[in-house]
Amino acid sequence: MTARTFSYAEGIREAFGYLLKNHPDVFAIGQGLWSPWYVGNSMKDLDKEFGKERVIDTPVSELATTGAAVGASLHGYRPIVIHPRMDFMILAADQIVNQAAKWRHMLGGKSPAMTVRAIINRGGEQGAQHSQALHAWYAHIPGLRVVMPATALDARDLLIASVLCDDPVLYIDDRWLYEEEAEFGPPGPVDLAIQKPQIRRAGTDITLVAASFSVALAVKAAELLAKKNISAEVVDLRVINPLDHGVAQTSVRKTGRLLAIDGGWQTCGLAGEVIAGVVTALPPSSFRSRPKRVTLPDAPAPTSKVLEAIYYPTADSIADLAVRMVQE
Amino acid sequence: MTSSGASLGALADPGQFHAALDVTGFPDDVLEHMLRRMLLIRVAEEGVADLVLSKEAVCPCHLGIGQEAVAVGVSHALRKTDRVYGGHRSHAHYLAVGGDLFKMFAEILGRKDGASQGMGGSMHLFAPEVGFDGSVPIVGATIPIATGAGLAAKMDKKGDVAVAYFGDGACEEGVLHESLNFAANFKLPVLFVCENNLYSSHLDISERQPANGMARFADAHCISHRTVDGNDVAAVAYAADDLIAAARRGEGPGFLEAVTFRWRGHVGASEDIDVGVQRRPEVLKAWQARDPVRRLNEAMVARGLSGSNTLVSLTEAARDQVADAVARARKSAYPAPSALLDLVYAARSAT
Repeated sequence: MTARTFSYAEGIREAFGYLLKNHPDVFAIGQGLWSPWYVGNSMKDLDKEFGKERVIDTPVSELATTGAAVGASLHGYRPIVIHPRMDFMILAADQIVNQAAKWRHMLGGKSPAMTVRAIINRGGEQGAQHSQALHAWYAHIPGLRVVMPATALDARDLLIASVLCDDPVLYIDDRWLYEEEAEFGPPGPVDLAIQKPQIRRAGTDITLVAASFSVALAVKAAELLAKKNISAEVVDLRVINPLDHGVAQTSVRKTGRLLAIDGGWQTCGLAGEVIAGVVTALPPSSFRSRPKRVTLPDAPAPTSKVLEAIYYPTADSIADLAVRMVQE
Repeated sequence: MTSSGASLGALADPGQFHAALDVTGFPDDVLEHMLRRMLLIRVAEEGVADLVLSKEAVCPCHLGIGQEAVAVGVSHALRKTDRVYGGHRSHAHYLAVGGDLFKMFAEILGRKDGASQGMGGSMHLFAPEVGFDGSVPIVGATIPIATGAGLAAKMDKKGDVAVAYFGDGACEEGVLHESLNFAANFKLPVLFVCENNLYSSHLDISERQPANGMARFADAHCISHRTVDGNDVAAVAYAADDLIAAARRGEGPGFLEAVTFRWRGHVGASEDIDVGVQRRPEVLKAWQARDPVRRLNEAMVARGLSGSNTLVSLTEAARDQVADAVARARKSAYPAPSALLDLVYAARSAT
């Protein structure tokens, strides 16, 4: 099979198809799996292709469904439990945080090899309980790997890697990325434990570090900066727990400037962690300006479009701050 | 029980059900096994109490002395490929399916030869080789996990079942209701076992719920249910056998409510007689008179299986076993410092 163009959502669909076809121990379970209403075209017709016993739509019970996936994973299966909105996944937090993440450590060695897929779905005046990006919360938990693909290829390959990993993994995809496209060939197995951050665009004046949709914003900001003769390097973290700081450190050694971008809140967030990981490793003389971060303001997501417009970071707001840093 | 399961009626009265058990239909060797296992559980938990009192055991230990008949009765119908999950008070659940006595004590003392490599303590027991697949102290947390183990068993099509042990307190957690609905909806082979000992950590059931029968929740979810005297190992085994057999046949989940009482406090070795509105010395004494071990022994005396000295000699044999296990556990090493980080992830990162 030759390479062809996939959207991010099609990349996810491709991973599901690959996993269900090649791994009889894989099944998908969650709310809305038989309805494009919930998961867009990222799981289109999987139930028809692989049967409703392996693509299971469930009662409205986030906690029991996630717990059932933990239980099945302890008995020879690799379930993928889907939460079509990350906000509702809070109802399942006990099973993710207290059970799956700790099972191996507290019971001396057996891991729940399960994947939790959480979808960030925001904008469009959906408001405070239909908009959250809670990845930093979960990345705080030892034992839970947290994955955030930014490209169509990673949407596919990191889902395959998550499901084939023997640890519990939280795979977070973002609906604002579903139309992103890339060209690639057929899928194969991927080892999550060896995945590293990747440079999405090389540069010499400033390092932009991000994950998921913030990578797309950073790339657009880098294009705007290029027009002003500022060369920005974009680091895509890809996996935020365990978090590899090495690629960002190497980049900042070169550029001397660090701007961390995150679609979550600022306090105790991913952007602060990225900055800490670089600042604590490099000598002060490495920095040509103070590290900065672009995040959501520390407020719940608003509903009115006027407030939404100032709530979410944009490529322009990132580029403006980067210019000020370079001029500092 | 064919009622709605709302009221326990006489089953909650410690003044009743004191007579020798009706063990009709149980072979001699099964009764002997049950008596020995119940005594081992009781003596082992008394051994845990001693370690708590001497402060040698530091981790929180929750004793179920007085409740031994529930786990031993349920385990009558179980096999090693079944999947049993427990909670904070699970020494009996672990030992009833044949969990290793030495590994239990080594775990309680935090040693690397423990059931969970010394990483979990009393509240985290694990013996998958005999079908005990884990216990954790978040109330109700293993109910959906057992439900998922049942989902896996259904997919495997080998007739295995999952068992979730929990108490009346866990019935106040939303996850029980989600799990009952989930298991019923997908017709999963799961036995939900509620040990209704009429107490949460410190509150009598009358302070927490409008009715004392937990099987009413099974009734609401269209699940077959039985409510039995939890201090009658034969009654527990009869009911569990039926519900488990139905689950193995693919008829869906069952719910067994076993009414019992713990002789010790919520945690540690004390009797907690100052706790709650009904946990008075005379109530505890009445429940101790409804002793599951004595009542089984009396039935065995009637059948000529037990003599005047049998209980004493079996108890002494169990004490020797426990003393040996504790002595060996004390000699086991503590986990290596590397266990702290090495056990966090299964897959090793390249960095």
